[in-house]
Amino acid sequence: MDVSPTYDSFVPAVAVLVSLVATGLIVLSGRWPNLREGWTLLAGVVKFGCVVSLLPDALAGRAATFTVQESVPGVDLSLRADPLGVFFALIASTLWIVTSIYSIGYMRGNGEKRQTRFFASFALSLSATIGIAFAENLLTFLIFYELLTLATYPLVVHKETPEAIRSGRMYLTYALTAGLCFLVATAWIYLVQGNLDFHAGGMLESGLFSPDALRGLFVLFMVGVGVKSGLMPLHSWLPAAMVAPTPVSALLHAVAVVKSGVFGVIRVVGFVFGPELMAGAGLDVVLAIVAGATILLASMIAMRQDNLKKRLAYSTVGHLSYIVLGAAMLTPAGFTGGLLHMGAHALMKITLFMCAGAIYVHMHKTEVSQLDGMGRAMPWTFGAFAVGALGLAGIPPINGFLSKYYLGLGAVESGQLVVLGVYLLSGLLNAVYFFPVVLRGFFRPAPAYERYNEASPWMVVPLCLTAVLAVVFGLFPDLLAPIYSLASGISAEILPTFPLNSP
Amino acid sequence: MTELVHDYYAYWFCFGLLTLGLYGMLLKRNLVKKVIGLSIFQVSIILFFIIAAYKDGGTVPVLDERLGVAESAYYINPLPHTLMLTAIVVGVATLGVAFALLIRIYGKYGTLDEDVLIERMK
Amino acid sequence: MIPDHVAVISIVVFLLTAIIIPLVSRWGDRLPYAMAVAACAVVFILNAIGLPAVLAAGEIHYALGGWEPPIGIELVLDPLSAFFVLMISGVAGIVLWHSSRPVPAELPGRGSVFYSAALLTLGALSGMVLTGDLFNLYVFLEIAALSGYALLGSGTARAAAATFRYLILGTVGASLYLLGIGLIFLETGTLNMADLSAILAVTGLSPLLVIGIVFIVAGIGLKMALFPLHLWLPDVYTAGSTTATALIAPLGTKVAAYVLFRLLFFVLEPDWVRVDLPVTTVIGWLGAAGIVWGSIMAIAQDNLRRMLAYSSVAQIGYIALGLGLGNAHGFIGAMLHALNHACMKACLFLVSGNLRAAGRSQSIAELDHSLQRSMPWTAAAFTLAAISMIGLPPLAGFFSKWYLLLGSWEQGSWIFLAVIVISSLLNAVYFFRVIERMYLAGGAKTDDKAPERLDRHVNLVAPAVVLGVGLLLLGFANVVIVNFLIRPMLPGGF
Repeated sequence: MDVSPTYDSFVPAVAVLVSLVATGLIVLSGRWPNLREGWTLLAGVVKFGCVVSLLPDALAGRAATFTVQESVPGVDLSLRADPLGVFFALIASTLWIVTSIYSIGYMRGNGEKRQTRFFASFALSLSATIGIAFAENLLTFLIFYELLTLATYPLVVHKETPEAIRSGRMYLTYALTAGLCFLVATAWIYLVQGNLDFHAGGMLESGLFSPDALRGLFVLFMVGVGVKSGLMPLHSWLPAAMVAPTPVSALLHAVAVVKSGVFGVIRVVGFVFGPELMAGAGLDVVLAIVAGATILLASMIAMRQDNLKKRLAYSTVGHLSYIVLGAAMLTPAGFTGGLLHMGAHALMKITLFMCAGAIYVHMHKTEVSQLDGMGRAMPWTFGAFAVGALGLAGIPPINGFLSKYYLGLGAVESGQLVVLGVYLLSGLLNAVYFFPVVLRGFFRPAPAYERYNEASPWMVVPLCLTAVLAVVFGLFPDLLAPIYSLASGISAEILPTFPLNSP
Repeated sequence: MTELVHDYYAYWFCFGLLTLGLYGMLLKRNLVKKVIGLSIFQVSIILFFIIAAYKDGGTVPVLDERLGVAESAYYINPLPHTLMLTAIVVGVATLGVAFALLIRIYGKYGTLDEDVLIERMK
Repeated sequence: MIPDHVAVISIVVFLLTAIIIPLVSRWGDRLPYAMAVAACAVVFILNAIGLPAVLAAGEIHYALGGWEPPIGIELVLDPLSAFFVLMISGVAGIVLWHSSRPVPAELPGRGSVFYSAALLTLGALSGMVLTGDLFNLYVFLEIAALSGYALLGSGTARAAAATFRYLILGTVGASLYLLGIGLIFLETGTLNMADLSAILAVTGLSPLLVIGIVFIVAGIGLKMALFPLHLWLPDVYTAGSTTATALIAPLGTKVAAYVLFRLLFFVLEPDWVRVDLPVTTVIGWLGAAGIVWGSIMAIAQDNLRRMLAYSSVAQIGYIALGLGLGNAHGFIGAMLHALNHACMKACLFLVSGNLRAAGRSQSIAELDHSLQRSMPWTAAAFTLAAISMIGLPPLAGFFSKWYLLLGSWEQGSWIFLAVIVISSLLNAVYFFRVIERMYLAGGAKTDDKAPERLDRHVNLVAPAVVLGVGLLLLGFANVVIVNFLIRPMLPGGF
């Protein structure tokens, strides 16, 4: 198949570097909080602009590339804004702006310490995330992937309590082990074929790897990206990391970090192995079973969590596997659905986390059982929460419905009705663990919360914005940004022919 | 079997010295005795070179008018001797540094016995 | 013109400055310091000129005193030796730049002697690298060792006691080396490396030669602290004065490793030591064992310097492992790691020195996050070096690990592969433990008043930061280093 045409451009590099530069500026202007936050917002807007400017070319199937230099002999440290990369970068950079505004409100409202370190690490993580999105080859991907681990570590331990430090250790242990597995797999491919560039439909040269070798590689890769994407049994760092401040949970543990993991899964499935090799070695089934099990288990565990953020965390674990499962089906609708869900889940989960954060900052409540009647005091927050919750359960017209529809379609296409069953069952479970929150908030009587008492607008506006966006994208997926066209274009790139020729 | 002893007795002697030096260095508790062992060890290696250069019936490597330079087999090999001059200098320097360290240790801890020293360093 | 004499001038500059320093020290307290730094700078510049010339025109031989080898002693500037001299002078220059405060503080009144000994060490280390003669190598080895003992042993009495043990073991190592070259001399009648190599190519191995090689490997192994011959190292590095340790720890063991590379791969046929005699295999396994042992012991330490010392044992293991792999990737990885580790370890020991200069304890348990406020630059340099030690991209340590990984894979050595992977995790354990304590309160009570800034002295902070940032640059420049510097030095048969 043809490689999509490319052209040289600085834009991908600028998109990565802008927040790296911002990191430096943030550290230097730590004494002037307004200036410091100004840098964050400025960088967010510039980054968003860069990514948007890449969008038309990505839709047209042309990819902007930028090569820094060789990182090891024969492999460049290079960026390539292909449709998948632009898709992910678009999600991340949009939500960064929203979260930045929100975190300003959150951090100031909460009187948190070390805000300079917080915002600097935040900006650095975004650089790493965009780098992951635009990485042209496995090694570049790995470099940014490890950078993301390092940049998010200070955020996880931000509170500096013994619990936070324990979580930080756990996070590092998981993430570094994963990185090493990825490194070994990358080294393996480098030695065998010398070429590490991602290629839609698979980069591995068939014939060079025996089926056993393929399975070995697959396991290494899946540990590598599975940790960040919360595949069970590699997920336990994620709930533990909820000790971090809520904006961190919102952006990183709902969007940047975990989505980098899922993005890695799609890269590995669609661009490293490719559908033919996956199906040929029976790897898709393995992946599907793991992902399916994760969906159901995580949903069940989520029901039992009283801590709101923990409940959201387990919900995240489950929804990440929606995407993985979508990719594992190896059908166009499955990929499209998975990609759409990547965006949809990001938007909805960030809403939910921001709501949880607003409740915590404003009311100092963290447990679900403490929320009785609070919806009347904070109608906007709880309204947004309801939108997110309904969306995740897959109720129209919110964008979660659309992605879930495509995922279900993929299941039908692949002929795996079990998968369809998993999706439906999990939708139900989602409803079971989210609706009590909304119900308690609005319908349980609580005299303390009769009067209107909403959180700071710095927090409420962003979370309402994302909730509205979720609805808009659910109704008109191509209205604001051609999300759907992009997603279906990517699946067509990965799966030029469907059904697959080989059984 | 006997020629192994007969022809190589000098080497065996050398080897014995080497072992003796190693023993002194590693097993003696007194630091000065360790230095003595060290010295013996070095000397044994110097002797090894000298023995290796020795030739039955050879003469000192100073030009002899009667023998000339054509037949180098009459002279013993001078190179190892010159090398060992350097090695001896190195050995002396090592002794100097070792004793300097020992003086420093003794001045502070008042002992040269390794066990006592370890005890007092705690 | 200049490149022809780089080799000899490098050594002479160091040795001559070492002699001049005590003579001129009466005219200024700062003079020895300035001259020592200047000497390093001169040698660095010379080799920066010499290295491209060597790469372009091939190795340059310099017959000392006009006596042609194999009778006379020759110095050889080839890509490998020029690279090492560059590294020695560069790292030493930065460490000596840092020494302006630690030396007067820790060794009052003995500055000129200290710098003299330091330059003697550096000259001898350069000599070991540059010489083309086995016995001359021994002489330089002993000069480096003796001046090294003087450097490390000055300072506290505890340092003297640790150094005494080092002296005993170090002399055993040097003597074993001497015995080894004696045996080789008996067998071949030559001490010149090139000559020896040519003779051996015709005659092949004999039992006596094999014994000689074994003695040499054992002797140098002691010098480079190859596991299990590393016992002298932790005490010495823990007790030594700041500058002495920062000078010897990154360079001394590396140069010993260089000697092994030179002898096994350049003087002998690489295939002998790889195939006929399993010397490299043994070294590789010892290296792997050292990596695991050193890392585990480092985790168990509370004293920062001791932890760094055990980490050195582990890092030497990486270089030995690369040697043991005996393939191109292993060689590249080992060479790159020698360079990277020299920078990392120098940086880390400078940081430890800065703690000392600020009157802080070396105990990790007593570190706390006020450090990050009082010495932000020092803490930042430590973090960079530590991340590089763990081997995370884009810092330099990642790339040397990458090549070693490729080498192990190529060789099919699954155990080596596992060792590299596991040791990265172990490194993360002991370095993040320190980083945690440096940056995070960990439940300890926090005082909000800004503590006194302790690292305002440029000479203390800048060298550590330069090394830390240098690691970042080395990481980005690794392809250039590998393709233009290390690949040309690959010996025949790779």
